[in-house]
Amino acid sequence: MPAVELPRQPAIPADWRDILALTKPRVMSLVVFTALCGLLAAPVMPPLALGFTAILCIALGAGACGALNQWYEADIDSKMRRTAKRPLPDGRMDREVALHFGVGLSVFSVLLMGVATNWLAAALLTISILFYVTIYTIWLKPRTAQNIVIGGAAGAFPPLIGWVAATGHMALLPWLLFLIIFLWTPPHFWALSLFVRSDYANAGIPMLPVVAGPQPTRRQVFLYSLPMAAAAIAPWPLGLTGSIYGVAVSALSLVFVALSVPVLLNRATEPSAMAPEKRLFAFSVVYLFALFAALVADRWIA
Amino acid sequence: MTESELEVIRARQRARARIMALLLGAFAVLMFFITIAKTSENW
Repeated sequence: MPAVELPRQPAIPADWRDILALTKPRVMSLVVFTALCGLLAAPVMPPLALGFTAILCIALGAGACGALNQWYEADIDSKMRRTAKRPLPDGRMDREVALHFGVGLSVFSVLLMGVATNWLAAALLTISILFYVTIYTIWLKPRTAQNIVIGGAAGAFPPLIGWVAATGHMALLPWLLFLIIFLWTPPHFWALSLFVRSDYANAGIPMLPVVAGPQPTRRQVFLYSLPMAAAAIAPWPLGLTGSIYGVAVSALSLVFVALSVPVLLNRATEPSAMAPEKRLFAFSVVYLFALFAALVADRWIA
Repeated sequence: MTESELEVIRARQRARARIMALLLGAFAVLMFFITIAKTSENW
């Protein structure tokens, strides 16, 4: 990774808002939601204080990942329009502060999870943090176009951790939830990276549209949406969920696949003509929220 | 360091100290409820 001299202002302590921004609160919302749904879908409910603490620990772990990601990628962020105003590339914070904050928050979240719920959940939280920071951020992201395919596993842990925090053991359904997010990540991120391709190219990140071009990426978006839809519907025929989930997710998955067809057929190279990609990206977020909401509704209403 | 820079530093230190105090207070309350939950419900 090329070293870029970042502006430094170590003498002035960082503003607390900038420290909060290190945790990527918007990304955290999806993590918290899927973890909460994993916990609520479990067959046993922990006491409120312990359930709350489990979700808090997952949120803190995700925040720690965000901080460590920004610490490592500060020079890459400075080259991308979307990220150039973050606290580190903008010179509003010393890089070491982000490192210490990220490591401290990681350790705190894992220890609290272990003490409050169980050590299997704490171990899974540790694995997810280490996976995101080392395997995805440091190793895969700057090296291969398959970065988000394998790296997607890091974002797939929260519902599994939520379930294990509640029950103390693993089961087939939370692993299917893991698989759904794992297969959802590539079409979600590739749809985004198609219309911000120049940003990734400028920063030297080998995202698939940069390395292989738009058309192979569009084909992959469509191809990944098929097993993703199958994995999403699978809990219903397997008898792990009821018809509320089955009908809702079948409809949602149909829309997802339908929206990936115009992406497949689009030939545009300019972001302004990438309406199908933008539509699919926006829907992919709604899709995951709705899928997990349907899972909880099915567990509590049916 | 100018007077205005010192003022910024002091303001930020005060804000961070206030937030740290709030977080520590919240953590103490959380630990209390965790202890109650783990002892009373044998979780």
